[in-house]
Amino acid sequence: MIKVLKAGFYSSIQDMGRFGYQEYGVPYSGVMDVLSASMANSLLGNDVNAAVIEITMTGPTLQFFKAITICISGADISPQLNKRSIKLNKAIQVKSGDVLSFGKLSKGFRCYLAVLGGFKTEKVMRSRSMYKGITAQFMLYKDDELDHEDVLTGVASAHASIKVNASHYDSEVINVFKGPEFDLLSKDQQKELFANAYTISKDNNRMAYQLEATLKNNLKPIITSSVLPGSVQLTPSGKLIVLMRDCQTTGGYPRVLQLKESAINVLSQKFTGQSILFKLV
Amino acid sequence: MLKLDKKVTFNLTYKPFGERSILIEWPAVIDETVLQDIIRFKDAIHDFNVKSIVEVKNTYNSLLINYDLVCRNFENEVNLLKKIYKSSDLEHDIVSKLWTIPVCYDPVFGIDLDAISIEKKLSKEAIIKHHSEAVYTVYFIGFLPGFLYLGGLDKSLHIPRKSTPRLQIEKGAVAIGGQQTGVYPNVSPGGWNIIGNTPVAFFNPKLELPCFAKAGDKIVFKPVSLKEHNKIKMLVDAGVYQLENELVND
Repeated sequence: MIKVLKAGFYSSIQDMGRFGYQEYGVPYSGVMDVLSASMANSLLGNDVNAAVIEITMTGPTLQFFKAITICISGADISPQLNKRSIKLNKAIQVKSGDVLSFGKLSKGFRCYLAVLGGFKTEKVMRSRSMYKGITAQFMLYKDDELDHEDVLTGVASAHASIKVNASHYDSEVINVFKGPEFDLLSKDQQKELFANAYTISKDNNRMAYQLEATLKNNLKPIITSSVLPGSVQLTPSGKLIVLMRDCQTTGGYPRVLQLKESAINVLSQKFTGQSILFKLV
Repeated sequence: MLKLDKKVTFNLTYKPFGERSILIEWPAVIDETVLQDIIRFKDAIHDFNVKSIVEVKNTYNSLLINYDLVCRNFENEVNLLKKIYKSSDLEHDIVSKLWTIPVCYDPVFGIDLDAISIEKKLSKEAIIKHHSEAVYTVYFIGFLPGFLYLGGLDKSLHIPRKSTPRLQIEKGAVAIGGQQTGVYPNVSPGGWNIIGNTPVAFFNPKLELPCFAKAGDKIVFKPVSLKEHNKIKMLVDAGVYQLENELVND
């Protein structure tokens, strides 16, 4: 068992998401940065869908009540075990009583804590991903107790550590495809879309990233249709909204672009004030 | 009547939507003939059992096809879908249900009835009558888990959304917004005009079928008293309420 001593800014349990329930209006959810979460899991030899803690901006403080192997990947929020720095992307053995805490955010925005075998929290509609109205709670709170698999053997090479491609954090480029309504934009609007760098507004969370600056928009709203994580909507006021993993299943704004899956991961590591540049692939 | 008398053909467009989805679009109208064609295509895709397709979901005028892996050859997939559409059984009966939803229109719940009554110059009784006499079609579920997009609201009840949305609308609120009516499956902010409340649960994540209704089903609202509402609510909370329904696959 792991106990939450301090909650931090926003942490939640996530796996690869809730699939097969779009017809009922249920969002996919799941880890924002699939690449980083998968790395933490694979370094432990876990199933790719094993539930992890997604940690945003400032980390929680956690205490372990069983010996377990852990791995942290993604953003660098200066993780410490018993106040001593530990490495990212490395399987680390913790003992009962050890305390994991975090410090300064130095790279990225979201990191992932995986434990050997995965977290065994409540499973609703075939997924442990927390989402308001689906799971009993949607984020971690102080004093929460999290169960995990009781495994001590089968640790992946404890020496394995992986170098991460720096562009995952440093690049401004967000690779996109044309969205279903892209062709309704005028040539000038299409050009403008790729010419400007867009700043991420303070309205960014697991549901969507709103971008500052507006695009000239004369498109009519569409008849409510399907949207996906990574859909870029253009609102009547000309604002661009990039939908993320917790987005609703349908929407009525024109879908001008669609992020490449890997670009959703890249955007997940960005935060308020940073800028991005759309690039058609 | 959910069965088409003759084949109506539509010019469909197929668009890639990201790496793992294809979006098929019908003409941009809200129309039951379109819905029936969409559902028939959807059923045909399910029957064809394409292994790589993990999810098929419709809206008013589209079908979203989700693939388990990156869809490498868009043209091949589209050709297969076109073949399925062409061969879809025209005589195929769309099996759907008619659900009777108890609604209490008491002013305790129907907090906007007075305002609608003034604006539309209709008595509250007339509003309730028009709302509960129509048969509504479920087009799809979206916006919130378990939120049904319903067609069939009587023209006399079309009324704009409120200029300032409410921060909190109660679970089960029955409301009108624009040309649509709907039920809030959960507490949520919202801008629709509230005329009543149903004790029926429209979404239960604990069930394998989290929402009883599906696209193509029909809904009627049956007025009940405050007392009946309370009684049904108790049965719903205890998990023993049986929702009235009948098959309409004639």
